[in-house]
Amino acid sequence: MSGEPLLEVTDLVKHFPIKRGILIDREVDQVRAVDGVSFTIEPGQTLGLVGESGSGKSTACRAVLQLIKPSSGSVRFEGREIAGLSQRQMRPLRREMQMIFQDPYASLNPRKRVGQIVGDPLKRQGVASGAELRKRVQALLERVGLAGEHYNRFPHEFSGGQRQRIGIARALALQPKLVIADEPVSALDVSIQAQIINLLDDLQDEFGLTYLFVAHDIGVVRHISDRIAVMNDGKIVEEGEVDQVCEHPRHEYTKKLLAAVPVPDPREARERAAR
Amino acid sequence: MSAPILSVADLRVGFATEGGLLQAVDGVSFELRPGEVLAIVGESGSGKSVTAQTIMGLTRSQNSRIEGSVKLEGEELIEASDATMRRLRGDRIGMVFQDPMTSFNPVYRIGNQIAEAMRAHRDDVSKQAARARAVELFEAVGIPEAERRVDDYPHEFSGGMRQRAMIAMALALEPEVLIADEPTTALDVTIQAQILHLLEDLNRERGLATILITHDLGVVAEVADRVLVMYGGKVVEEGTLDEIFYDPQHPYTWGLMGSLTRLDRPRPRRLPQISGSPPSLLELPQGCAFRPRCPHEFGKCAEVPALEPRLEDAPSHRDRCWLTPEEKRARRVVEGQIGLEAPAP
Repeated sequence: MSGEPLLEVTDLVKHFPIKRGILIDREVDQVRAVDGVSFTIEPGQTLGLVGESGSGKSTACRAVLQLIKPSSGSVRFEGREIAGLSQRQMRPLRREMQMIFQDPYASLNPRKRVGQIVGDPLKRQGVASGAELRKRVQALLERVGLAGEHYNRFPHEFSGGQRQRIGIARALALQPKLVIADEPVSALDVSIQAQIINLLDDLQDEFGLTYLFVAHDIGVVRHISDRIAVMNDGKIVEEGEVDQVCEHPRHEYTKKLLAAVPVPDPREARERAAR
Repeated sequence: MSAPILSVADLRVGFATEGGLLQAVDGVSFELRPGEVLAIVGESGSGKSVTAQTIMGLTRSQNSRIEGSVKLEGEELIEASDATMRRLRGDRIGMVFQDPMTSFNPVYRIGNQIAEAMRAHRDDVSKQAARARAVELFEAVGIPEAERRVDDYPHEFSGGMRQRAMIAMALALEPEVLIADEPTTALDVTIQAQILHLLEDLNRERGLATILITHDLGVVAEVADRVLVMYGGKVVEEGTLDEIFYDPQHPYTWGLMGSLTRLDRPRPRRLPQISGSPPSLLELPQGCAFRPRCPHEFGKCAEVPALEPRLEDAPSHRDRCWLTPEEKRARRVVEGQIGLEAPAP
């Protein structure tokens, strides 16, 4: 543990109301999507957030980034409270925290050229424009394994893996400190997953990035993370060093999750089946 | 060994597109026996799903060109009439699709949809009998409160339950062959494990012959007996489960194995990856389709290698790679494990 954490989330809660009624909606119940989540991430580290669908991991990410307003709880970024800040107050902070999305087909505007998609954050934040902007975008594209001449192409001209690279370039354009990646490889082919994981690893070393890496695949999370938090029903049921959690899980749910992952080893699989 | 129930010989499926003829499946052959699980492994565009759909007669159209032979207990299906195929589908060959969310009609009760499928094939089944059978099937695939839940609509089911309902529907007429195209890909791992066990039980108890299409080698290791690895429309390697996992011959198979994030091994510093991306079927490279992504590529690879046994002691293990078995064994070990190439620093 070193100095101040980059991100400190304490007791984060997001409840969605369930409303019933004709004309007048009455709140009859709540969905406790995120129900008291706490974690910290040190600068340059990766926290893997793992859980099944409906566990609340994506809602937690959105609440951390203030893309949805948390019901209660605290989110401190570099020591500064950001929960409850207005959109306007958040704007300068958005440079520091970016997101990579799951579906590279849905997360890129099909009518914009790649150069615009990657360059827009730079333009909006007034970081660069004109020839300087173009140069920076082309350098970014090259850094994520695309070519500078892809600048004028449209997203549909690219494969899933290449699109995810475009999404990564966009997230890195403003040189953020924190990158939240929500299932960044689960929509990709197996051979492409490894490429993107390695790319994220390299970029972290090069730019000193801090990752919150969200995925349902505990194998992928284990590979990329320093620490793992296991989420179930809106709560973190176990958190710790990667090897500690994967080798010696304490919570029943973590054990169940680890045991359910198929092992790509037929002899081991037969032994497991016989047990 | 029992006689094969399904024999596919030199199956070729092409589609006329604006960019020219797209050869989605290029000479696939295999046999499937009762009680056997054959896994077809490959990435998007490898031809695995088109192979399955063609067996079911679902790729027939003005733009498709289908050649070769698909025989169900000796009966040729490629030239069978559409009416014959309609009779076979569901009745003798069942199919489970990847996406349980979109495979049911949202405005009909699930039980009714299953009953309707049954009554379309069997004139003598009454509505009551069909409903009773649907309840029975729900119980067989482990849907709790079956009696009540047959009257639910698809949106009232979770993903895992919907996938079970789809397996129930596929089994309604007791088919001899089940084709499962990525049946667990959309599901959580804990649900996936349950569905895989269910499929395994059905295989053992009913002698159901299954074609399992997947990209997940973990799933393959859990349930398959034999494996076909497809790339660019062709089978590049074929063998028993153990042959493929413990003595893989094709560099693409090594790449697939190496790039897995495995919970049962120490974490590698870096994941061995396959560089590049799967080829476009409209612009396949000359010779071996994997050549542009293969670090072991040499002059001979400009010619397509035949799918043939290359190991003396394993006649059923066939592959399409020009390297000698000795070269393969020496080159496929990366940092003590099977992989395609040493990861860059």
